[in-house]
Amino acid sequence: MDGLHDMGGRQGFGLVVMSGRREPFHDEWEVRAAAISARLIGQHVYNMDEFRHAIERMAPRHYICASYFERTFTAAATLCVEKGVISHAELNALSGEMVPLASPARPGRIAPADLPELRIGDWVTVKNEFVGGHTRVPAYVRGKRGQIVDISPAYPFADAAAHGLEPAAQRTFDVRFRSADLWPDCCDDAEVHVGLFHCYLEIASPPV
Amino acid sequence: MNSSSMETRVAALEALLKEKGALAEDSIPTYAHRTSEEWLPVNGARLCARAWCDSGFKRFLLSDGKAAAASMGFTMPEHHRKLAVKENTPSIHNVICCTLCSCTAFTIIGMAPGWYKDFEYRARIVREARTVLAEMGLVLPDEIHIRVWDTTTDTRYMILPLQPPYTAGWSEERLVRLVTKESLIGVQRLEPPFLAVQDQDTLHG
Repeated sequence: MDGLHDMGGRQGFGLVVMSGRREPFHDEWEVRAAAISARLIGQHVYNMDEFRHAIERMAPRHYICASYFERTFTAAATLCVEKGVISHAELNALSGEMVPLASPARPGRIAPADLPELRIGDWVTVKNEFVGGHTRVPAYVRGKRGQIVDISPAYPFADAAAHGLEPAAQRTFDVRFRSADLWPDCCDDAEVHVGLFHCYLEIASPPV
Repeated sequence: MNSSSMETRVAALEALLKEKGALAEDSIPTYAHRTSEEWLPVNGARLCARAWCDSGFKRFLLSDGKAAAASMGFTMPEHHRKLAVKENTPSIHNVICCTLCSCTAFTIIGMAPGWYKDFEYRARIVREARTVLAEMGLVLPDEIHIRVWDTTTDTRYMILPLQPPYTAGWSEERLVRLVTKESLIGVQRLEPPFLAVQDQDTLHG
């Protein structure tokens, strides 16, 4: 989903400020919101992928204006309503106001079979795919070429797991990109690594 | 949204979930205890200090971070399926981020600080790493290469900082106190000239 949450490489943001922003929590309700969501995940009311996607589905203006833990709260409340644990009406009644929730999800997708074997050192290109639902490809690597530097165990496929589909497990590959290949002539020089599911990748020829 | 309104909303959700049996009486205090007393950067600091003192343990930590952490009693949640530890050297500097949200190995390095979850860090660290680190007080010379690790899967990352040379021969317990949350994320280095010897005393207050 090409939403505002996909922030890597976006321009116009100011300085990173550490002063006053070193603590994980700055208010007591933030701990409570995080605790509620952790409990619901622990009890398998929803999974991490559904939780992440519920945050991503917040209306753009709401997403950008909400604090981190308001987003946590909104995702938890949205998923509790969508799964029938509570109703939106009873949440509004008890809050004394209309509580904004995230927008409905688009469909997810299941992982394709018959993926090519990939090894450390292989060059790969991130497929030029546009996914309406949840996905873990940051747009800044879409269509870009990099080199595999590490391989993970098989993880549940997030694009399916976020949508209640069978998340057939897949390995992920840590792929190394040169920043100059991601943002030519408009970045600091660095190697940027992204963990990518097997089916996001296709084999590429090495650079000449 | 202002804080008092958020307080009311969270209290409403909490009350409803308790009424439906989806939230236990001890869920919130248990979580608050874990985040403030158990999931602390001193866990990662212990892993680093042991790796500095014991080359066998260092190989273990770099090859299977999760198993190495487990061997010292540190657990990770179900969705943190791997801990990849990245070693800083005199010529390589590693830094972690989560451009899509806020993922960290929180049981090992502590809960993510506010700035790590802020839009400025998420948007800029991948594209302007050297500039952002300098803004945060870590001015790296061009000879030190930067490797950024964007946390997009169930793999979690931790930096093994370079051991400051003046600490050779120190005990493991003394070394533990050098390692900060910021150095485990990779926005700080511990060795001179990046951190002066006299600053070490003030790090942990």
